[in-house]
Amino acid sequence: MTKLTRRSFSAMTLALGASAALPARAADPLKVGFIYVGPIGDHGWSYQHDQGRLAVEKAFGDKVETSYVESVPEGADAERVITQMVRSGHKLIFTTSFGYMNPTLKVAKMFPDVMFEHATGFMREKNMSTYAARFYEGRAVVGVLAGHMSKTNKVGYVASVPIPEVFRGINAFTVAARRINPAIEVTPIWIGEWYNPGKEADAAKALIDQGADILLQHTDSPAPVQTAAERGIWAVGQASDMERFGPEAHMTAIVDHWDPYYINRVQAALDGTWESTDTWGGLSTGMVNMSAFNKALPENVVAEAKAMEEAIIAGTSHPFMGPIKNQAGEVVVAEGATLSDGDLLGMNWYVEGVNGKVPG
Amino acid sequence: MIALERRLEVSRFWLYATPVLAVGLTILSGAVMFAALGFDPLEALHAYFILPISDLYGLSELTVKATPLAMIAVGLALGFRGNVWNIGAEGQLILGAITGGGVALAFYGVEGPWLLPLMLLGGMVGGAFWAAIPAFLKVRFNANEILVSLMLTYVAGLLLVYLVTGPWKDPMGFGFPQSRLFHDSATLPTLFENSRMHIGFPIALFAVVVSWFVVSRTLIGFQIKVVGLTPPAAGYAGFSSSKVVWVTLLTTGALAGLAGVIEVSGPIGQLTPSISPGYGFTAIIVAFLGRLHPVGILLAALLMALSYIGGETAQIVMRLPLAVTGVFQGMLLFFLLASDVLAHYRIRFGSRRSEEG
Repeated sequence: MTKLTRRSFSAMTLALGASAALPARAADPLKVGFIYVGPIGDHGWSYQHDQGRLAVEKAFGDKVETSYVESVPEGADAERVITQMVRSGHKLIFTTSFGYMNPTLKVAKMFPDVMFEHATGFMREKNMSTYAARFYEGRAVVGVLAGHMSKTNKVGYVASVPIPEVFRGINAFTVAARRINPAIEVTPIWIGEWYNPGKEADAAKALIDQGADILLQHTDSPAPVQTAAERGIWAVGQASDMERFGPEAHMTAIVDHWDPYYINRVQAALDGTWESTDTWGGLSTGMVNMSAFNKALPENVVAEAKAMEEAIIAGTSHPFMGPIKNQAGEVVVAEGATLSDGDLLGMNWYVEGVNGKVPG
Repeated sequence: MIALERRLEVSRFWLYATPVLAVGLTILSGAVMFAALGFDPLEALHAYFILPISDLYGLSELTVKATPLAMIAVGLALGFRGNVWNIGAEGQLILGAITGGGVALAFYGVEGPWLLPLMLLGGMVGGAFWAAIPAFLKVRFNANEILVSLMLTYVAGLLLVYLVTGPWKDPMGFGFPQSRLFHDSATLPTLFENSRMHIGFPIALFAVVVSWFVVSRTLIGFQIKVVGLTPPAAGYAGFSSSKVVWVTLLTTGALAGLAGVIEVSGPIGQLTPSISPGYGFTAIIVAFLGRLHPVGILLAALLMALSYIGGETAQIVMRLPLAVTGVFQGMLLFFLLASDVLAHYRIRFGSRRSEEG
């Protein structure tokens, strides 16, 4: 983004005063806005989205101008921030948390000329796309590692908010780990938030005290990885490569890689070919990546994890391929069958091997 | 050495001038901070304080943000005057949202003009009920209302999460933790087209007027003041401190509950796990910034709302860091408290002559 000169600034003020954005001229850069649920310094979810924003700036130079607002609460405030983005002339707006769904939808209906992209939701409009990543594919790869590496057969899982995405992660991991070692049990602790380093660390400590020797997290700060490193057990990074927060503990990380998608969508907006779509990318499209595997992991274990990754990419394996039992021990996915995307989208139950009750 | 000495008489002028002075000093220091960060201070202050409210839409958003703050702070101030420290307005807000929103969900799809008033009433009852718990424990067992009300905030939050992930979850919502969107009769009408300004703001204004009347013109208002200032005198006069505890906590709870149901039936339109960005806590600052005076509180609520909205605008148009918002609010409080000290105390340099004399 170029720094605003006083002239463009007062032009913007005028535009705001007239309650309409300036009509875009061909030479004007496309203004792209991003709204984050956490601070960009969370080193997790919002950090990775901001990396995507920076990739857009790098790819398009002065053809685009980007801005962002961080730590926007999910609630009445989100609608105002999205509207402010529109009114300050942004034409393509990414709202990067599930809780922004209804606010984004409301604003999208009010401003049909602006393009909206909402992450991880299910409501779409002519000018509102959705996008999400199949993080659960990465969980299956990690499950292979845990199946081999756990000595206590206990895995702790720092969980955030009980939405299907988090259930998919817990289940995909548990299924993969128990195919290697059927004695493995997974215990989630739900902290009810996406980003709260203190609570995340507390949950991590409680899980380790209960005997977990591998720690997973579906929360955004590196606190669980740090706690695992202090206590000398294995951990898995979330959203971004968290190796530097616990080099000994960090087995690998499931990295959200939004750069190609964001560049793609900005390109479409610049070309005038942007359309409302629903994107659910995974390991095969590069939206989900595995970061470098820890050197201390045995070679055969890493090879097996990589084989799982490749099989998922090739489509010869699927994290939710049967047989899969639920907590009651009933077969819910028969041998040879696979859960459909529709079933995955609404997943709110645990597979066999997960301890505790589903919250709610 | 430097010593603080209590002034015999506090100037009425300075009592009301210090908040204005604090705002002025905050803006001045803000300008210095922006310059130090490498931004044009005038441009930054403009983006922060003027741009967000430079049109009708911006003003309407300001009222949306200020409504819950003013409504809760007016109630809190009543209690603070009477030495009743309700710190749990956030929980009372959440419970009001639950009970009021529960009414909306119970009558889902049923249209009728009676539904909204019933919801608002439900929210007030819920909030008042949540505040009745610390009131009862205080009066009966002398339990500290600060701790009880604060702890109940977390209980209310967990109850809300339980409801929206469990029994009240939207059956068509793919398992996401949120209720259905309220239907039309359960949604607050907006006052102007293309704005989110709703009848909550007039209700908040009404609460301000009523609270002013209660404090300055009624016996209970007088009793609250006396109990707060000199409990022994209140005892001699036969004023019941239990009554003050009950009245102030129930009023605060009802107002916070009302703010909660207005949030969910207005700008949010459904129950979700996070319905308030801490309005109940911010309202404590608002109450003191407004000198516990209803009109002062209204102004303080608008200022506090502006500091949030300005922070967002400054991020968008100038890329100022988010932390600026917190720094601004912190400086405002610091200068207010500092100038308060100077209004109540004089600084003496050198030896303590007053004691020797």
